[in-house]
Amino acid sequence: MRLPHRDGGAGGTAVTSVENGAALRESSCHPSNGNTVTVRPSRYETVRWLVQRQSGGSIGERDGCSETPGAVSKSRAQLHSPLLAGRTGGLFWAEVVASPGKSKEAEIKRINKELANIRSKFKGDKALDGYSKKKYVCKLLFIFLLGHDIDFGHMEAVNLLSSNRYTEKQIGYLFISVLVNSNSELIRLINNAIKNDLASRNPTFMGLALHCIANVGSREMAEAFAGEIPKILVAGDTMDSAKQSAALCLLRLYRTSPHLVPTGDWASRVVHLLNDQHLGVVTAATSLITTLAQKNPEEFKTSVSLAVSRLSRIVTSASTDLQDYTYYFVPAPWLSVKLLRLLQCYPPPEDPAVRGRLTECLETILNKAQEPPKSKKVQHSNAKNAVLFEAISLIIHHDSEPNLLVRACNQLGQFLQHRETNLRYLALESMCALASSEFSHEAVKTHIETVIAALKTERDVSVRQRAVDLLYAMCDRSNAQQIVAEMLSYLETADYSIREEIVLKVAILAEKYAVDYTWYVDTILNLIRIAGDYVSEEVWYRVIQIVINRDDVQGYAAKTVFESLQAPACHENLVKVGGYILGEFGNLIAGDPRSSPLVQFNLLHSKFHLCSVPTRALLLSTYIKFVNLFPEVKPTIQDVLRSDSQLRNADAELQQRAVEYLRLSTVASTDILATVLEEMPPFPERESSILAKLKKKKGPGTVMGLEEGKRERGPDINGGPEPAPASATSTPSPSADLLGLGAVPPAPAGPPPSSGGLLVDVFSDSPSAVAPLAPGSEDNFARFVCKNNGVLFENQLLQIGLKSEFRQNLGRMFIFYGNKTSTQFLNFTPTLICSDDLQANLSLQTKPVDPTVDGGAQVQQVVNIECVSDFTEAPVLNIQFRYGGTFQNVSVKLPITLNKFFQPTEMASQDFFQRWKQLSSPQQEVQNIFKAKHPMDTEITKAKIIGFGSALLEEVDPNPANFVGAGIIHTRTTQIGCLLRLEPNLQAQMYRLTLRTSKETVSQRLCALLSEQF
Amino acid sequence: MQVALAHKPKMHSFLEWRDLKVVYKRYANLYFCCTIEGQDNELMTLELIHRYVELLDKSFGNVCELDIIFNFEKGYFILDEFLMGGDIKKSVLRATEQADLLQEEDESPCSVLEEMGLA
Repeated sequence: MRLPHRDGGAGGTAVTSVENGAALRESSCHPSNGNTVTVRPSRYETVRWLVQRQSGGSIGERDGCSETPGAVSKSRAQLHSPLLAGRTGGLFWAEVVASPGKSKEAEIKRINKELANIRSKFKGDKALDGYSKKKYVCKLLFIFLLGHDIDFGHMEAVNLLSSNRYTEKQIGYLFISVLVNSNSELIRLINNAIKNDLASRNPTFMGLALHCIANVGSREMAEAFAGEIPKILVAGDTMDSAKQSAALCLLRLYRTSPHLVPTGDWASRVVHLLNDQHLGVVTAATSLITTLAQKNPEEFKTSVSLAVSRLSRIVTSASTDLQDYTYYFVPAPWLSVKLLRLLQCYPPPEDPAVRGRLTECLETILNKAQEPPKSKKVQHSNAKNAVLFEAISLIIHHDSEPNLLVRACNQLGQFLQHRETNLRYLALESMCALASSEFSHEAVKTHIETVIAALKTERDVSVRQRAVDLLYAMCDRSNAQQIVAEMLSYLETADYSIREEIVLKVAILAEKYAVDYTWYVDTILNLIRIAGDYVSEEVWYRVIQIVINRDDVQGYAAKTVFESLQAPACHENLVKVGGYILGEFGNLIAGDPRSSPLVQFNLLHSKFHLCSVPTRALLLSTYIKFVNLFPEVKPTIQDVLRSDSQLRNADAELQQRAVEYLRLSTVASTDILATVLEEMPPFPERESSILAKLKKKKGPGTVMGLEEGKRERGPDINGGPEPAPASATSTPSPSADLLGLGAVPPAPAGPPPSSGGLLVDVFSDSPSAVAPLAPGSEDNFARFVCKNNGVLFENQLLQIGLKSEFRQNLGRMFIFYGNKTSTQFLNFTPTLICSDDLQANLSLQTKPVDPTVDGGAQVQQVVNIECVSDFTEAPVLNIQFRYGGTFQNVSVKLPITLNKFFQPTEMASQDFFQRWKQLSSPQQEVQNIFKAKHPMDTEITKAKIIGFGSALLEEVDPNPANFVGAGIIHTRTTQIGCLLRLEPNLQAQMYRLTLRTSKETVSQRLCALLSEQF
Repeated sequence: MQVALAHKPKMHSFLEWRDLKVVYKRYANLYFCCTIEGQDNELMTLELIHRYVELLDKSFGNVCELDIIFNFEKGYFILDEFLMGGDIKKSVLRATEQADLLQEEDESPCSVLEEMGLA
């Protein structure tokens, strides 16, 4: 924290600070960063700031902490500290600070005069008495706090430390704490003085010395005293107040230099301080133990039962029992909070008695929240609720008592409508954590309306931000549509500072919970329309990835972007998405005269001149794709490309594209053009780059936890099986590029390369051992039955992509092996393994690949396939390689299935039934009745039957809901005619699939393959 | 700080600042701020500030900012008695007062002497 200095401050307001949290004491460095040795700027800057201000009003009356309300202005003389009084009785300090009109120069002049005076006093022949010394040291301190450098007086301050007067010592220590420097001579003297005070047995002196150690908290201090303080802490005869100081001082040293604080036999004795009579000692000990237990939970395990019993005594006590420790009718709130915090270092207690007692405590705290308040003062409710929130944190941390979790949720639900903004804010924050617990997720969902209302009515942006976070956390398939709609409508009025985050959240939720991908496309297009400026590249990349990977949504996407582009003003991001999607799938809507190729082109080109260079470059690529898709617009596009504004564009990239595309469109034959501009291959399925971005934005802690929590409940992120094992998806991708290449995975666990490991390596390299099939291999296999291209396998190191084509009984498969790491793969050997049966029926031929695969590189392997006779099994692809000293072995099933050799046959209804009847012997027919595994969507089903290879025959079956198909399986030896019929039953969510072929084994195999698809 | 000043009284009193939180409270025209880590309890910190103001109030008798300016060392002593290494040491008013009294007792004869000497 930096308090404003004189020039940066806002008018009329003075600022002071109280410090809590080690952070401040270390001049805003993180506590774990132990190497800061510095004075505490916040402390003196505060006073610096204060002394610039001149306004009288009494503080405190506003919140009723003074007995007599109303501003009481004091006379200047009353206010003056005797220590700061000038020598002449004149008010030096008043001269310096109390005249707002006075110039800076005058102030400096006055201060220099005073410094000269003090210097002469210190140098004078006459020995100064303790009081004068104290007075001048104090003045120096004040001058320092005013912002002037002090380069003398340290020795006098150190002398004060050895005084026997309390106030002289105190000023000496204060000076040291604020103005410590690393003068070794001085440090030795200071340490000596501190040692004497620690040994003095005088609790006030010990207290001052310990404070000085804690305030300075430097490494040197830790080195000198870390051994001493634990002894003071556990000695039997130490006074209670010194014990408190010792515990907190030790805590401070542990935070700055943990390695210098030895844990020793005192640990167990510190734990027993939790039983101390003196609640102050217990509080200090709890703070210390909490921090120590985070590092060494084992050593302080016994503190759990002690903490529980202490807590139980506090929560069940009457408000008067603890006397001094009762704060506005709340018994020992600070201690309660600290004990609850300590318990959060541990899992729920194993001992049932302790556990029962703790549950009782937590219930009591929840019950107390329902009682009428004992005081109307805000202090009472704050203290009470502080304990309550900490108890809820503990309940969430344990995540094991459904009853408590639901009660906590209900309590927070009440706070959501509380008139105190603080409480609403904290309730939203805690509820976020509750939403990720499986026990309370449903309970949190019941508050959705309140949270949405908060989003609309809260005046404070950070409260609204919390509401957005909570909506995100409580979102699941059941309420995704509502939540996304609310977030979208909030986005229109949201503060600029949080728009990008909301955009990311909407994009993630829309993708994650999309049942219907048309909804997803609509949502993202809306997102671009409402907040186009905040839609980052990742978001629009992602929508394109998804559209390309999902055949069922491509036509819809093309239609929707086309419609959106008709708006007179549309965001550039929409033009990018539109350009890309129409370039790929514009043909799907070209049949409609309203969106004929020429109309599409003119629409896109009308936006061209308003766009930035990268977008124009993208549009040029779209145009060349149009040349391929729609030969009829070729001349128009060529004209555009040929125009001076393209061919002679000042931008080199645009010019190059225009020249090359124009040339390509002129010289290339249709075949070449079609090959060059072939539809984009599907993107590898992987963790959304948007999620990675959100994680980066929010820091790893919060979102990660949430995501993992969610994954357990709703594993289906992309609406299909995930190709990669969970370990791969939870690795956040450090880069967020379109293809996700270049992600550096963590080094896999394995024996480190060493000379001793050579033998192991030799053995593990032997190729005889074939790994069992990778997890998810069967699922992936099934996905390829109805399609030919895609990603077959992916883990942290390797990605395997497939592209294949089949004609009659022949086929060719391209296997792409991508090295996802930055390290070379060595001895890379993919092997195709066929059982003897399979070998007889399926002939596979391939060449070995290069045994080295560079980091980030991709190698390709071609497999030539011939179907000799019908077959049931599938070949296994085994890949072995060495990665950074470890041996990797992966096996996947290669999706070469009988249906790949299908040749579709169109026939009329009459023919179909005639043949159907011919194949009526029981061996020829196979029937399967099964439950639908996916939503029963007519269009998807049709696409799958076509993908399966057979022709889809329309208007054949008298029942229009049924699907029939026909085709011929080609093998080297024979051709097998196949007929199929699929009857869906929507009510029962069942299918009946019937296959009739001329060969029994073929019927069985095809039926088995196709049944897995619906 | 500017954010805190911009906050209206009805708004809440926690600000997120880097990975820390600033808890603040306004007394008349003085803002008391306190930086805590994410895990710390916000409401309790608010009361910590309040308790400190109460202590100042007891010590100075209706404290005002000039008291804190001119007796900055006392402000520090009270803070030191109250907090140590960022953790609360004495939540009890009386105990802190006692330490405070110790200082007063020690000091008052001297200042009387000083005044007499000057007079």
